[in-house]
Amino acid sequence: MASASASAPGLLGRPTGTRGISSWITTVDHKRLGILYLVTSFIFLLAGSIEAGLIRAQLALPEQQLVSPDFFNQLFTMHGLTMVFLAIMPMGIGLANYFVPLGIGARDLAFPRLNSFGYWIYALSGIMIYTSIFLGGAPDVGWVAYAPLTSLSANPGNGVDFYMIGLAINGIGTLVTAMNLIVTIVNFRAPGMTYMRMPLFAWMMFITSFLIIFAFPPLTIALVQIVFDRSFNFVFYVTQAGGMPILWQHLFWIFGHPEVYIIILPAFGVISEIIPTFSRKPLFGYPIMVLSGIFIGFMGFAVWSHHMFTTGLGPVANAVFSITSFIIGIPTGIKVFNWIATLWGGHIRFTVSLMYAIAFLVTFVLGGITGIMVAVAPFDQQVHDTYFVVAHFHYVMGGGALLTFLGAAHYWIPKMSGRMLSERLGKWAFWFLVPGFHIIFFPQHLMGLVGMPRRIQTYEANIGLDFFNLASSIGAGVMGIGLVLFLITLVQGLLRGKPAGDDPWDGRTLEWATTSPPPAYGFHVVPKILDRDPLWVLKHPEMLEGGHYQGDLAAEAADDEEFESFHMPGASWMPFMTALSIVMGGYGVLYQNWFLALLALALLIFFVFAWAFEGLGGEHYTVRKATGEIVSVEGGH
Amino acid sequence: MFTFWLSVVVLVLVGAALIYALVRFRSRPSDKGIPKQVHGSVLIEAIWTTLPVIIIIMIAIPTVRAIFETESRFEPTEDDIVVNVMGHQWWWSFEYPDLGIVTANELRFPVDRRLVLNVDSADVLHSFWVPRLGGKIDLIPGQDNRLWLNSNEVGEFYGHCAELCLGAHAYMRFRVFADTPEDFDAWAEAFQQAQVPELAAQAPAAPAQSELVQQGEALFAQKGCIACHNVSGYLTEGVRTGTPNYPDLTNFGLRETVAAAVMANTPENLAAWLSDPQAIKPGNYMPTLWAADDPNREEEIAAVAAYLLSLGVTDPESGEDLAMGGAN
Repeated sequence: MASASASAPGLLGRPTGTRGISSWITTVDHKRLGILYLVTSFIFLLAGSIEAGLIRAQLALPEQQLVSPDFFNQLFTMHGLTMVFLAIMPMGIGLANYFVPLGIGARDLAFPRLNSFGYWIYALSGIMIYTSIFLGGAPDVGWVAYAPLTSLSANPGNGVDFYMIGLAINGIGTLVTAMNLIVTIVNFRAPGMTYMRMPLFAWMMFITSFLIIFAFPPLTIALVQIVFDRSFNFVFYVTQAGGMPILWQHLFWIFGHPEVYIIILPAFGVISEIIPTFSRKPLFGYPIMVLSGIFIGFMGFAVWSHHMFTTGLGPVANAVFSITSFIIGIPTGIKVFNWIATLWGGHIRFTVSLMYAIAFLVTFVLGGITGIMVAVAPFDQQVHDTYFVVAHFHYVMGGGALLTFLGAAHYWIPKMSGRMLSERLGKWAFWFLVPGFHIIFFPQHLMGLVGMPRRIQTYEANIGLDFFNLASSIGAGVMGIGLVLFLITLVQGLLRGKPAGDDPWDGRTLEWATTSPPPAYGFHVVPKILDRDPLWVLKHPEMLEGGHYQGDLAAEAADDEEFESFHMPGASWMPFMTALSIVMGGYGVLYQNWFLALLALALLIFFVFAWAFEGLGGEHYTVRKATGEIVSVEGGH
Repeated sequence: MFTFWLSVVVLVLVGAALIYALVRFRSRPSDKGIPKQVHGSVLIEAIWTTLPVIIIIMIAIPTVRAIFETESRFEPTEDDIVVNVMGHQWWWSFEYPDLGIVTANELRFPVDRRLVLNVDSADVLHSFWVPRLGGKIDLIPGQDNRLWLNSNEVGEFYGHCAELCLGAHAYMRFRVFADTPEDFDAWAEAFQQAQVPELAAQAPAAPAQSELVQQGEALFAQKGCIACHNVSGYLTEGVRTGTPNYPDLTNFGLRETVAAAVMANTPENLAAWLSDPQAIKPGNYMPTLWAADDPNREEEIAAVAAYLLSLGVTDPESGEDLAMGGAN
């Protein structure tokens, strides 16, 4: 490949290297950033799993003192923060980064440097939150961090500051990535890719992105309020000065409930890709799958108080929020029925991906049913803040989203790496992970019904909790083995896997139309989009007679002398440097070191300007439409 | 219950459909060509949109009814036992405003009468929960929350704080006793005689105290216990010692548990608690008052324990039994 000829004019030259660590730091390629997201989130997943393992070790037997109460509080707080903000949500975003542009026939996201910035904000803020462990102790207030437990008088250590400032910074990255995805989906769909022909995964990410944009601001407001309370002696949540602690819960859950859908909707999208592929049938009821996703997203903002049934909101509020929560069950149920209907009448191939999809269906239906149960306010007042709720949301987020993303790894890693993951090893991992999951979390329903509250470091012996806790801890060991096997599957596949070829699963959507791994520019030539399953109808043109397309494929074949030219963006240091300045400012505010904070602000302003004026960079490609051959590559100006 | 069985039915039907589809439509070598490409069916989708709506309505009606039955505001009547609950890190204060009683960590009420709890918190959030008696209610500083419970059988019920409050949260337990009306009245009277000055004046003269108890009573002041804890009737009747921010120890001999229901109130447990509170309830605010090398340590702890266990016990001969077996 020809390299950029002349260095672009600008404040600082744009890097052109394609190898080494610096090329990964400066990359703006949505596929490389997608890989960075997935690798980083997997590392955080392992950290969160270790925390979970320590929690289950402490609770395996009654009245144990393996870890101190303080450390235990830090463990479950970091476990929650890690899994929600640093592992599972970024996994969805990482998959979106890679497969939304490929799925809709775009060559990159609309704002490639912003995409890089979003990733670095996520990675650096995650590292920042984790440095708290070495800087005086991690946050210990639970991932919900209810005021006034976070007030300076109740919690003088700086763990809470790491939570508040770290998450506030983390939210910036999530927000810009969401906006980037929306702009990309609105503007960058390939010719013929109407909204109602988009892959369902792209649709779910489209909805998720809107949820992020509406859900994160209330969280940021609440976080900033606490920072002001703690750093500048404000009294938003200081009860002695008339602060209202309940306000935190409202703000947190106006964010927090949509957050559940921010995590699960991408998983719905993945399932809606995997099930049709391995049933060799189109998704059943595509329009209603899209609409039910939109409806879930919309209703996600109307149910937050069902997390607050025990705070004394009164019967009217509790009745309303019970009913709105029931209503969410309707579109979710429809989705499950439609997935089963997609399997119905197909030729189902039991690959590891499909097995995870089935595990998702089973787990998610159980989690959905307990979801309806906890939406019944009087029942919730019994099980709220007990292990029943812990079991419920792990069924939804762990069994729902996480297992799906593991299935997605088996489904999409052949595309990303060009190598297949071993089905045999993958099945071993599956048979430890999924039963292990249920051994952990099914008994937790029963613990909750017996009366075990959440977030307690130990419990009394012989009050009906010993057996369930031990079983749950054994399950954690089984699932841990599964996770190690999964890691082995990944490493073995990436190093020694069989070559995947372009289309190993007989896929239906556009990403399977390009090479594995795809070139930096995605496709040589973006295929013509004639159907919801664009690749499928190219492979089976006779299917088009069903009325979806009336044209003539052969007649539309490109002329030999038709060329397509496009520009691929150049790498840049600025997103990383900007993100680094912001995190540096975070430390400055945290330690009330105003010199550091102002220095970071100055650097931030400098790098934003450098970002704006660093010049175009990148390369212009020209390809012959008929063959996909690259005719010329020129450096950008 | 209805919701539960409805859930089971839904689960079984969905599960059966899934298993049937997976078995019946698994890929076989004999499969030829491509399965029929079905894109959807308006009729089927309409049916399985309507069904959940009907199920939801069936669940919603009893739910809303139950919410209004349990949560509607009401004025407590003369028949209700009203208790003001104050949550503290990591213990519970129970005040019976109508009876003039203040106690900690153990709540008593007569069967078949409604127990109305007005809850508040002195510091962070807590949540009052007695799993076998009913749902929970959060204790939010500055917010008047209320819960009512009742029991139609005599019994002892475990309670637990259900909202993370750091430190000794895992040990922030309490007990609730549903007593017969007679037992409850006897218990209330014992408290009133200690705590309500005009009733205390009518109390029978205090029984002669053993030397150990007298030593403990003196140590209770010398060691500084009175700086935090109230014992109504300590030295002067009707005068409060300590502050309301720490557990009231009046009639402590009538308690069945020590350290917020963490263990039974026996002389041994009490002595263990006094000698090293952090070992029993890590994170709590109770200081260790005796240095490890204090030569009088064991003797003095035994004296304080004997004094505390004598509180409220009218017959010192059988004092231990009373403390073990409660007021009944």
